[in-house]
Amino acid sequence: MSQVLDTPPPTTAAPADDPAALAARYGLAVSGARPTLPEYVRQLWARRHFITAFATAKLTSQYSQAKLGQVWQVMTPLLNAAVYYFIFGVLMNTKRHVPDFVPFLVTGVFIWTFTQSSIMTGTRAIAGNLGLVRALHFPRAALPVSFALQQLQQLLFSMAALIVILLSFGVPVSASWLLALPVLVLQFTFNAGVAMIVARMGAKTPDIAQLMPFLLRTWMYVSGVMWSLDNMLKGRDPLLKLALQCNPAAVYIDLMRYALIDSFHAKSLPPHVWALGVGWALVAGIGGFIYFWKAEETYGRG
Amino acid sequence: MAENLDTERIPTVIASGVDIVYRVNGTGAGRGSATAALNRILRREKSERAAGVRKVHAVRNVSFTAYRGEAIGLIGTNGSGKSTLLKAVAGLLPVENGKIYTDGQPSLLGVNAALMNDLTGERNVYLGGLAMGMSREQIKERYEDIVDFSGINEKGDFITLPMRTYSSGMAARLRFSIAAAKDHDVLMIDEALATGDRSFQKRSEARIRELRKSAGTVFLVSHNNKSIRDTCDRVLWLERGELRMDGPTEDVLKEYEAFTGGSDKPAPKAAKASPQVAVA
Repeated sequence: MSQVLDTPPPTTAAPADDPAALAARYGLAVSGARPTLPEYVRQLWARRHFITAFATAKLTSQYSQAKLGQVWQVMTPLLNAAVYYFIFGVLMNTKRHVPDFVPFLVTGVFIWTFTQSSIMTGTRAIAGNLGLVRALHFPRAALPVSFALQQLQQLLFSMAALIVILLSFGVPVSASWLLALPVLVLQFTFNAGVAMIVARMGAKTPDIAQLMPFLLRTWMYVSGVMWSLDNMLKGRDPLLKLALQCNPAAVYIDLMRYALIDSFHAKSLPPHVWALGVGWALVAGIGGFIYFWKAEETYGRG
Repeated sequence: MAENLDTERIPTVIASGVDIVYRVNGTGAGRGSATAALNRILRREKSERAAGVRKVHAVRNVSFTAYRGEAIGLIGTNGSGKSTLLKAVAGLLPVENGKIYTDGQPSLLGVNAALMNDLTGERNVYLGGLAMGMSREQIKERYEDIVDFSGINEKGDFITLPMRTYSSGMAARLRFSIAAAKDHDVLMIDEALATGDRSFQKRSEARIRELRKSAGTVFLVSHNNKSIRDTCDRVLWLERGELRMDGPTEDVLKEYEAFTGGSDKPAPKAAKASPQVAVA
């Protein structure tokens, strides 16, 4: 009789009871289930301080054992630029027909490095931090975003060096320098988006990390980092030139050159370049975020 | 399982038929050879075994229900799947089959992975706190407590030195202090009690008891039967990934001690014995 009145018979211990029904009755949720997209955005926003703290921590710990310490933040990109100047500027003489070649080259190298290292570190963002993923609970997108942010901080150091270079090569200060800010915002959004895409791919297939340097090097050479696409492709198929100029890396590099260097004219830019810059940022940023979120519950599988 | 008494017992964690499988690349047949790798890519779905992917079945068909106010010990010999099960309950490892339902977000006690050896202890307190989901204000509020609790500054101003300069004991104490600074609904402790010197162990045991009071349910993994007896009122015994016993601490520990004490060492993992699954 009693079972009719209230509780099920005592023999029906919890495991034998339908667990789903029991869970539903007490409002339990499936552990490790993927949150909805708006909820995921909210969780990620709640962890913004962790994202910035993690990025800054990674950045400062990077050179903390070196004698020169944080000086390397500026030295590394400068040495990079020096190598490229020696090979491409001096030996291969691509500096012909490019006015202000050193500022042109250094801007290209710095802006390209930002995208390149965001993608490289993004590839290992999940796969290289499995310990963290398996120990603590946070929206996993925090990792690739944090690595992209670390690269942005790194770039800001480089930009300080770049300004010194610009001034010492006699590039005049102008109001168009302010355009550098929106360019950086767009490029960061793009980089974070791509970092999330490769983070998901790298989490499933770690081999991507081996392949990525080759893809990135190809991408670098077709993006006019150390030469002017305009000059290189003179007399070639105009469609090829347009395609190369519209690739996101080239778009952000050329926008930054346009913003900073007075001798780099708008005619070297592809048509609708700002729309392209915004478009690439939105496509990669939103697309990458959704693509990453779709596999949220699978990260950390051994 | 204990019967329902007149007070209603509120479940906080329900596991039903949980299987957890690890997949390890590049082992087994044709270890790491190019043909094996090619096989793996081409025939991923068909035969993982032939392609050199080994499956490790870490937890098999485990079901239990944990209630609010319980402190549950997890015991079992090394490699029996205790930590894996905890991680799955915390939602950190995906399950192969079955479902785990939880009340709120269970958390593992531990922040080791978030800390960086090249940073000062001070910055690690903040980093670890943020990684656990605390706000900056909460950390600031508890910062003094964390440092005092760890005792890092007892022998000088060490909190402003990089963590790589700490002795392993000091680092472990700081890690525990950071991890224990947060309050949890469902708290899972994985052999965290065995760090530090005697006085620190005593302090951390006291802190665990405090955490137990504020947490709804506590899971404790330990090989120290005494600390299980001190803290837990119910014990799950896992052996080779299977739930071998589930019941009041004394009953299960008696069986367990007979099992581990009787023979020198249980048969190696690969050997196929068939332990009786007895769910009390």
